[in-house]
Amino acid sequence: MEVFLQQIINGLTLGSIYAIVALGYTMVYGIVQLINFAHGEVVMIGAMVALTVIGSLAGANTGMPPVVIVLAGIACAVPVCMAVGYTMERVAYRPLRGAPRLAPLITAIGISIILQHLAMLIWSRNPLSFPQIIPNPVFEIAGANVSGVQIAIISLSALMMLGLTALVYRTRLGTAMRATSENPQVAGLMGVNINRVIASTFVIGAGLGAVAGVMVGTYYGIAHYTMGALLGLKAFSAAVLGGIGNLAGAMLGGILLGLVEALGAGYIGELTDLCHVSWISTGLAERCAQDGHVVLMGSNYQDVFAFLVLIAVLVFRPSGLLGERVGDRA
Amino acid sequence: MDAKAKVGIVLIAIVLAVLPFVLAQVGTAWVRITNLAILFCLLSLGLNIVVGFAGLLDLGYIAFYAVGAYCYALLASPHFGLHLPFWIILPIGAAVACLFGVLLGAPTLKLRGDYLAIVTLGFGEIVRVFLNNLSRPVNITNGPQGVTLIDPFRLDGFSFSKSETLLGLTFSGPIKYYYLLLVVLLVVIVINVRLQDSRIGRAWVAIREDETAAQAMGINTRNVKLLAFAMGASFGGIAGGMFAAMQGFISPESFVLVESIMVLAMVVLGGMGNIWGVIAGAVLLSFVPEILRYTVEPLQKAAFGRLIIEPEVIRMLLFGLALVLMMLFRPAGLFPSKTRRREFAAGEQH
Repeated sequence: MEVFLQQIINGLTLGSIYAIVALGYTMVYGIVQLINFAHGEVVMIGAMVALTVIGSLAGANTGMPPVVIVLAGIACAVPVCMAVGYTMERVAYRPLRGAPRLAPLITAIGISIILQHLAMLIWSRNPLSFPQIIPNPVFEIAGANVSGVQIAIISLSALMMLGLTALVYRTRLGTAMRATSENPQVAGLMGVNINRVIASTFVIGAGLGAVAGVMVGTYYGIAHYTMGALLGLKAFSAAVLGGIGNLAGAMLGGILLGLVEALGAGYIGELTDLCHVSWISTGLAERCAQDGHVVLMGSNYQDVFAFLVLIAVLVFRPSGLLGERVGDRA
Repeated sequence: MDAKAKVGIVLIAIVLAVLPFVLAQVGTAWVRITNLAILFCLLSLGLNIVVGFAGLLDLGYIAFYAVGAYCYALLASPHFGLHLPFWIILPIGAAVACLFGVLLGAPTLKLRGDYLAIVTLGFGEIVRVFLNNLSRPVNITNGPQGVTLIDPFRLDGFSFSKSETLLGLTFSGPIKYYYLLLVVLLVVIVINVRLQDSRIGRAWVAIREDETAAQAMGINTRNVKLLAFAMGASFGGIAGGMFAAMQGFISPESFVLVESIMVLAMVVLGGMGNIWGVIAGAVLLSFVPEILRYTVEPLQKAAFGRLIIEPEVIRMLLFGLALVLMMLFRPAGLFPSKTRRREFAAGEQH
């Protein structure tokens, strides 16, 4: 039971990070029907920028309280990522609007490769340790450990989700975004500046990604120039799980995926322990008697779950949990 | 075929036949590099069926290469003590890769193309995770250490790894492989050209240009797409088997995402759907790292006294740039096929 509760908490933390990244995918997809492959890279750049800022401020003995330093890190990462997101849209996606669908997908791959290797040039090819300057108290709730960082991540994500929902449903920009995603031509005729709306979508998504990057870095205590690829893949799976193009879906999908991954990692070893079926061969029984466990798949398969979820969703419910079925636009 | 074309073909044939001996004078390493370039031609031609003909973006293509390579490595190495002859394993590798392709394609191909891209991307990563971890509790892939001492191609005592002298010429291992690869490449080219003009090939192009219209014309789009996917996968599997035999050693490190992207860049650079263009793209990009090694390194050392940017990084940056710039300015490739150019031009008018 304690393992279960612990994995739920870990899953919620991971899930809220996925949700924030997934929002970046789903917003862009909802508005231009494009998978922004380079979004994972934006998250990575967010983590790297924050790491640099936090590291240098903490090292400079400025006497600033640690919380302020971390906030300064976020405050620097967000605009940098927004600029990256904007440039990306301007250079690689906007000129290809209306081109065959394959074209922007390929430029997206190109951009992602370029960003990765630029980051490698700037921040070295080795994993960097993320400065842990905030005291990280651990609370015990019903036998499970909850760290301060986990609480901060979950609540910050919740705040951002609320903020984004308000932006999309309560502001003029949000209305314009929804109109553009319904039908860009008509929205344009109604006086919506489509280019600006699409650019702002990319910028907002990138900003969210930057914060997610800082959260991932703080949570795992490590940042690497390739960290964006897998994270992006998982977040995309989360977006598809929830129904791509759907904001609430991305949030739900992210959290669910985080839970599946954490619970999966927590229990897969036990579930695939061949000693449950040690009767099938005497050799196996001997090994079980010796080692106690013969685990077929350990938690090193954690990264596989997101992918399995993605395939399962695509087979059984391609429109996702909350998405509606839409036909191809001619 | 007019006389000019015939002379051209004979000339190309002579150049290709003499090439390894000229390269061997410079260094055996260059023969190996050329062999790898031909291998990449095979891979690009396989991916070209999927991306170029059928218009399906496959970002995990290297996984099929890996499947083929591991099939060969496991069935012809001391790892399991199996030493099957290559002409049995290569078809097995192709069939297994094909099976993986179908398993992956079946659920995703009826959906929009972008899903396929991301699923194949994931698939490539997953295959690597499995290759890395399938060493416990039963050692199948030997994990990150990879499989060593893989048998070279052998035919009745004629081994492709040994050096032999014939008519005063030394046929070293790489040179023998060169000729073998050349023959395989020729066969694959013929298959590709024939496919392109066949009923299936035209169906692929129809789907690529307008899936809805193709469906209305009575094409079973899902099956035809699946066929493209499976065929591309089996070509990858065969190339993988040859890679394993040539290298004698494979590990999961050879099958990372970057390799998939590299093959994609070759296809895009040459012009998706253009067989000769794709071959040119593959040859061009295969030699880029070598060219960079011989130009950028000394240049940087001369200018700054040390290596500031490694050639490997420059190569990746160039690949990324190539993908972006090609799509922006020459979407139909450096050497576009006629229909492809028209299609991209029509796309911009929407």
